Amino acid sequence: MSVHKNALLSALSTALLASAAVQAAEPLKAVGAGEGQLDIVAWPGYIERGESDKAYDWVTGFEKETGCKVSVKTAATSDEMVSLMAKGGYDLVTASGDASLRLIAGKRVQPINTALIPNWKNVDPRMQNGDWFVVNKQTYGTPYQWGPNVLLYNTNVFKEAPTSWNVVFEPQNLPDGKPNKGRVQAYDGPIYIADAALYLKSAKPELGIQNPYELNEAQYKAVLDLLRQQQPLIHRYWHDATVQMSDVKNEGVAASSSWGYMVNGLKADNQPVASTVPKEGATGWADTTMLHTDAKHPNCAYKWMDWSLQPKVQGDVAAWFGSLPAVPAACTGSELLGAEGCKTNGYDLFEKIAFWKTPQAEGGKFVPYSRWTQDYIAIMGGR
Amino acid sequence: MSLALEKPGLRPVNSPLRRFSNLLYRRPNLYLLMLLIPPLIWFGAIYLGSLLNLLWQGFYTFDDFTMAVTPDLTLANFAALFNPANFDIILRTLGMAIAVSIASAALAFPIAYYMARYTTGKTKAFFYIAVMMPMWASYIVKAYAWTLLLAKGGVAQWFVQQLSLEPVLHFILTIPGVGGSTLSTSHLGRFLVFVYIWLPFMILPIQASLERLPPSLLQASADLGAKPRQTFMQVILPLSVPGIAAGSIFTFSLTLGDFIVPQLVGPPGYFIGGMVYAQQGAIGNMPMAAAFTLVPIVLIAVYLSIVKRLGAFDAL
Repeated sequence: MSVHKNALLSALSTALLASAAVQAAEPLKAVGAGEGQLDIVAWPGYIERGESDKAYDWVTGFEKETGCKVSVKTAATSDEMVSLMAKGGYDLVTASGDASLRLIAGKRVQPINTALIPNWKNVDPRMQNGDWFVVNKQTYGTPYQWGPNVLLYNTNVFKEAPTSWNVVFEPQNLPDGKPNKGRVQAYDGPIYIADAALYLKSAKPELGIQNPYELNEAQYKAVLDLLRQQQPLIHRYWHDATVQMSDVKNEGVAASSSWGYMVNGLKADNQPVASTVPKEGATGWADTTMLHTDAKHPNCAYKWMDWSLQPKVQGDVAAWFGSLPAVPAACTGSELLGAEGCKTNGYDLFEKIAFWKTPQAEGGKFVPYSRWTQDYIAIMGGR
Repeated sequence: MSLALEKPGLRPVNSPLRRFSNLLYRRPNLYLLMLLIPPLIWFGAIYLGSLLNLLWQGFYTFDDFTMAVTPDLTLANFAALFNPANFDIILRTLGMAIAVSIASAALAFPIAYYMARYTTGKTKAFFYIAVMMPMWASYIVKAYAWTLLLAKGGVAQWFVQQLSLEPVLHFILTIPGVGGSTLSTSHLGRFLVFVYIWLPFMILPIQASLERLPPSLLQASADLGAKPRQTFMQVILPLSVPGIAAGSIFTFSLTLGDFIVPQLVGPPGYFIGGMVYAQQGAIGNMPMAAAFTLVPIVLIAVYLSIVKRLGAFDAL
């Protein structure tokens, strides 16, 4: 009897140990058969199966080939993505740079084995080691799409494209002779502090800002002073693309940081707008497909990451979303994007972009994100 | 006596169910308790329990470096509420809630008075529907619609232009605390949206209190030679205070908790609701968010105690 019991116990403990080993999640050694199911947290419009427009479908083919049924949970903000991943039950997330490091630090996502992703070779070599998803030489996911935060301006006010971000940061008269007070907008998120830091990097080189996401106390203080001085100029701190488009249309907003999505939308509406990346460069976002630590369907997830790096899929997403592909071949590989699509969306700007990443203290050297948030709230409130 | 008359054959069977019902009959309190326990558990454990749990988290420590929450107890979060930046948020929200309540009462009173005194039958039904109709439409749609109404090219400013009142508008927009760079990003614009959205919640309680007002009192007042103004100030208004107070509970607390309108209309700067959302969402600073949720609870408790003195609960 007791022998029997012991055998049972040891079998149980072996099984437990084995499962614990699986839980500890070394990157997968080989991709096996699909589990038949895949759950993704994504931005709206990122994972399309032709339901909005038949031509835009990069899911059906994947399901046919791999047998993995894709279900998508859309999230509207980076914060929502972080909280959904914290809750668990999803395999993949398309995380932006202001979420990805938080996910890695919180151990919500696991490193991947790029050797198991044949299409990894397609990835833009400039992105393969992006510090918003590669930590300690471990790669946490595959790049998906990216885009710059451009300077949107009204072409009736600016006959020539503004060459510096100072039109939104410093009080001055715009080319139409009227002051910029009440006619410029800033982004309603603490990550905008990086935009101000990037401007100061060239406007005040004596501060010695190297990286707008790594600011020491003195640099940080100078950046906050700039933002305080900007506050009275601000018409509205925007966070809603639709509201910003209506402000440009109806409220006489002449210049603002913005996204390609709004520029394209306003142009399609025949509004007198254009966009530029001034001499200081710009911040930008780059999204990464990341694998949950406890993903239930890792094989299907690997298959999707591989699938998502095909030039055609990448080009189609870029065409639908107004973004840029992480795979250079996509610029010529998608009919939907067209020959000029990459250029229109800003492909040549890559070198001028400081990509979003969550500011971290790194042992007290730099000001961390939580203080960015608190201080930006105070500045928006006029303190 | 009746026991003595009872025939042995008709004696009730002493089944467990019967004994149980006897027990309940003999102890009515037990019966009451059984009925009340399920809702009390719901209210106590799920409602109050989670609320207290949330407030308890306000004592936890948030570490700036790791951005992690640890259960080390501290008062720092509640002390931080009095930081100038945070205190601004509280004052801004409180000021708006008071202004909106006063304006709603002033606007609602004549409408409610007309509804209560001068309408009957179909006209009354029409007014009821007209007052409640806006509540049938989605709150978010209404808030978004106002951003367009107040925009520079929008309807509101078209009227201002037609009446050649533009200099007046520009002057108002320069007043600190009222103005802003444009109408839709001014305090005034936000105030208009709030008053519009919460007005029905003020009209209906005032109307109910005015309907209870006996006409004989007004006749008596007139008989005794009171002027209309005296009647209003000394009879109607005091008797309708409970209705105004009840309505203001809605407008005050709804404004205090709102975080959508402040995002869409008005100048930069958070309200309490937006701050809670930003703290728990953007930074994951749950302790600070929990500390902020205490603010509306305290403010509304104070407000209710004031309103109770005004007699808002007398008619309950």
